[in-house]
Amino acid sequence: MLIKKPSDIPSSEITPKPSYLSRRKFMAGAIAAGAALAGGFYLREHMDSEATVQAAGVKLSGIVKSPFSTSETPNSFKDITNYNNYYEFSTDKYEPNGLSKDFRTRPWTVSIEGMVKKPKKLDIDTILKLSPLEERIYRHRCVEGWSMVIPWVGIPLSALIKQAEPLPSAKFVAFQTISAPDQMPNQKRDVLDWPYVEGLRMDEAMHPLAILAVGLYDEVLPNVDGAPLRLVVPWKYGFKSIKAIVKISFTDSMPPTTWNRMAANEYGFYSNVNPQKDHPRWSQASERRIGEFRKRPTLMFNGYADQVAGLYSGLDLNKNY
Amino acid sequence: MKPLPEKFVRALKVPVFVGCLAPAFVLTWKGFHDGLGANPIDVITRSTGKWTLTFLLITLSVTPVRKLSGLTWLIKFRRMLGLYAFFYGSLHLMTYIWLDKFFDVHEMLHDIAKRKFITAGVTAWTLMLPLALTSTTGWIRRMGGKRWQKLHRLIYFSATAGVVHFIWLVKADLRLPFTYGSILAVLLTYRAIVWLMARARTRRAIAGQAVRA
Repeated sequence: MLIKKPSDIPSSEITPKPSYLSRRKFMAGAIAAGAALAGGFYLREHMDSEATVQAAGVKLSGIVKSPFSTSETPNSFKDITNYNNYYEFSTDKYEPNGLSKDFRTRPWTVSIEGMVKKPKKLDIDTILKLSPLEERIYRHRCVEGWSMVIPWVGIPLSALIKQAEPLPSAKFVAFQTISAPDQMPNQKRDVLDWPYVEGLRMDEAMHPLAILAVGLYDEVLPNVDGAPLRLVVPWKYGFKSIKAIVKISFTDSMPPTTWNRMAANEYGFYSNVNPQKDHPRWSQASERRIGEFRKRPTLMFNGYADQVAGLYSGLDLNKNY
Repeated sequence: MKPLPEKFVRALKVPVFVGCLAPAFVLTWKGFHDGLGANPIDVITRSTGKWTLTFLLITLSVTPVRKLSGLTWLIKFRRMLGLYAFFYGSLHLMTYIWLDKFFDVHEMLHDIAKRKFITAGVTAWTLMLPLALTSTTGWIRRMGGKRWQKLHRLIYFSATAGVVHFIWLVKADLRLPFTYGSILAVLLTYRAIVWLMARARTRRAIAGQAVRA
């Protein structure tokens, strides 16, 4: 054996007593300093929201503008990344930013399966090249009654679906978030039924407004907003826009969705933004745009009625909420 | 245990009073220094709500702690703590009336009738109101200790409504509301036990008298 065994002589027999005593003093001091530092970091974390803004991400290139973007002023990067529901990390809206910092987004594959001609596993970097990256500045309306304007970067969901060539029998698309309890602390606890699942009707999924977002403010999507790949369906409440997607499957029956399983009377499959249909616990008639003091009225389909109302003609939106 | 001298209690009231104001001070300070995050109104609502429940629970623990520890002078702080519960509860309610509903009475009545968590919250505050109004020594004298005490048992119902309000408004992850709920359950159980023991004693005493007669 080349590896030497540690010496049997205790260090106390080698080091003169006065110097190891002073070392103890030093260590006590170091522990005190460490505690003070930890305390300081704790305070910084909890008092100064500036400190939790993520370092600027990698710039995405070749982004094209889109006619689907709103001309409204987007919310700040800081607000978008620090006020967010991401229950896999925390049920607090301010905490996911810090907790998701070390989330691993590479390597990342998305499995396309179910009723498709070409089931496949796509690498995230392949998905990024499926279609030119587009900037989509969308209104985002949370079911809790707040809203933002967010400059997403992404590709149309339809581009990916076309790649998979769904069978004519496929009527719905189901999405699934990664299961990574070692990285997502709340997946170790039964806050929700993990992993998070969502779904869209095929025609909704093929709608040009529906995108897979990979970026924000021209940069790679921050972990806190669902990196590396998330759905964005701007005419539906935010929880439909599932984050950190690893599986997309095609089915002929309406897939289960997480919040609907949790409380079916509160969250329906469609969950279209609808000011006339109250949530049992909140009025949906108005919303607080983050950064504004007074509430503003909520618009039907979150202001996208012209584009999407046709998808629901003949459907009783009061029953199919 | 020897009771603390009056002078000492009076001196201690100053730091306790200031300490209880700290959460309101911190909120105000943060409000003026961009420290309340993206949705300040949400933070103010949640913070004042949690402090209301916290002060309700602290107030409710005065008697058990006093009885179990023998620190009789603690009773001198109960009124102040109770009034702080009312203070934070009123701030919480004002946040709703002003910052959330902008004094839209119609909207609010609709809310109270339709949304059970609002109903519970408004109930909790309403039950605190008569307690705050009759908190003065004058009112204790006017009502008589027995009746005053009876009225002030409303705090049990107010705190219960407050915890229910919290449980009902949470979407998922009930850890925090259940924490408040468990502490309240312990505090109320203590009172139930004391009451049952007192009743048993009275019964025994009556039975004893009957035998002697």
